[in-house]
Amino acid sequence: MIEAAKPDAMTPVFCRVLKTHQETRDTFTIDLEPPSGPQVLPFAPGQFNMLYVFGVGEVPISVSGDPRRTHTLVHTVREVGAVTQAMRRLKRGEVLGVRGPFGSSWPVEQAVGKDVVIVAGGIGLAPLRPAIYSILAHRQEYGRVVLLYGTRTPEDILFRKELERWRARLDLSVHVTVDRALASWRGSVGVVTTIIPRAHFDSNNALAMICGPEAMMSFTVLELENRGVGLEHIYVSTERNMKCAIGFCGHCQLGPKFICKDGPVFPYDRIRQFFEIREI
Amino acid sequence: METLRPILAEHPFFKDLEERHLDLVAGCASNVRFKAGDFIFRHGEEANEFYLIREGLVAIEMFVTGRGAVNVQTIGEGQILGWSWLVPPYRWMFDAHALETTRAIALDGICLRNKSEQDHDLGYQLLKRFATIVQKDLDAARLQILNIYEVHA
Repeated sequence: MIEAAKPDAMTPVFCRVLKTHQETRDTFTIDLEPPSGPQVLPFAPGQFNMLYVFGVGEVPISVSGDPRRTHTLVHTVREVGAVTQAMRRLKRGEVLGVRGPFGSSWPVEQAVGKDVVIVAGGIGLAPLRPAIYSILAHRQEYGRVVLLYGTRTPEDILFRKELERWRARLDLSVHVTVDRALASWRGSVGVVTTIIPRAHFDSNNALAMICGPEAMMSFTVLELENRGVGLEHIYVSTERNMKCAIGFCGHCQLGPKFICKDGPVFPYDRIRQFFEIREI
Repeated sequence: METLRPILAEHPFFKDLEERHLDLVAGCASNVRFKAGDFIFRHGEEANEFYLIREGLVAIEMFVTGRGAVNVQTIGEGQILGWSWLVPPYRWMFDAHALETTRAIALDGICLRNKSEQDHDLGYQLLKRFATIVQKDLDAARLQILNIYEVHA
């Protein structure tokens, strides 16, 4: 895992906006140019940055780009509040503050030699995308790779063109399902858990990575458990209100864990008990 | 004569079913094929079969005034389509139509209902299996209603 730069972890570096791209009605991708020289910002799949819109505020956003392309920092953001709305309005050349990368990462190295089951719900596909890039870059090191993606409607599908390219590959099995659709939609309808039984993978030698709303992750874990995947081989990405991102402020505390520092990616068996507590 | 028994025996839905029950079920089975766009059943019609989908994709649809046909669920490879044959009044509550070429094994519901009346052990085994499907459908429907991918700020 790549460690965050500890000494100046609270100081943002200035990144210029290269472009923004609307993905769906409420989600956009923003490409940033990191400062040159020693301050490049390498990250591991699953890690996040704190993005600071000057004068508005700071939000934690997972990196959604390719870890090998360190000259561009890519984040995919859903517009849900003042900061993300202001971020959407940024023009090319304007400056954003970036702190990070922070947190734990997807276990792409532990997955070597195994079948990999990636289950994404909604914008949860964004933090998983760097893991998919990493796995595809070393595709021969893995067994079967399955991507199961569920979202609200066909219009809410993230990275649609990329999903189509991935689906066309013979070494990657991609299943997309939506919660609701008009009859014109020719694909699957139903929550993402309903397509798990259709996926082909070896439960005894599989590692699963899940990211999405907690209810979706809980039901997905149950379904994977039904398929025989051990809980210790299931990883989830949790989300809490991250503020300092270095485990000082406690805003993101989940039981004894600091999501910003100990997470956001956890083996499910280490965080299971907190999933079962309401409103924690 | 070759029967569909070996295929049924391998399917998880019939896992651990006694040999004699498997024979009874296989006696009610036949191969069917639907072209993309074909209706497999329609709302209100008598429900006299269920299907084990071997290949393809089927949409379960409901007609909503002002919105037209709404696809509420899809059933694909390895899944079971339809349980209205088991529950009175044995009428389909939805439309089902093939989204792509679909191959399936059709199980005659009247045949199975009759055999289950004569052999309650078989009836119990089928009910147990269909209860799981009904429960999963209910769970999935609840998750859909919750709209979990929406941001609820």
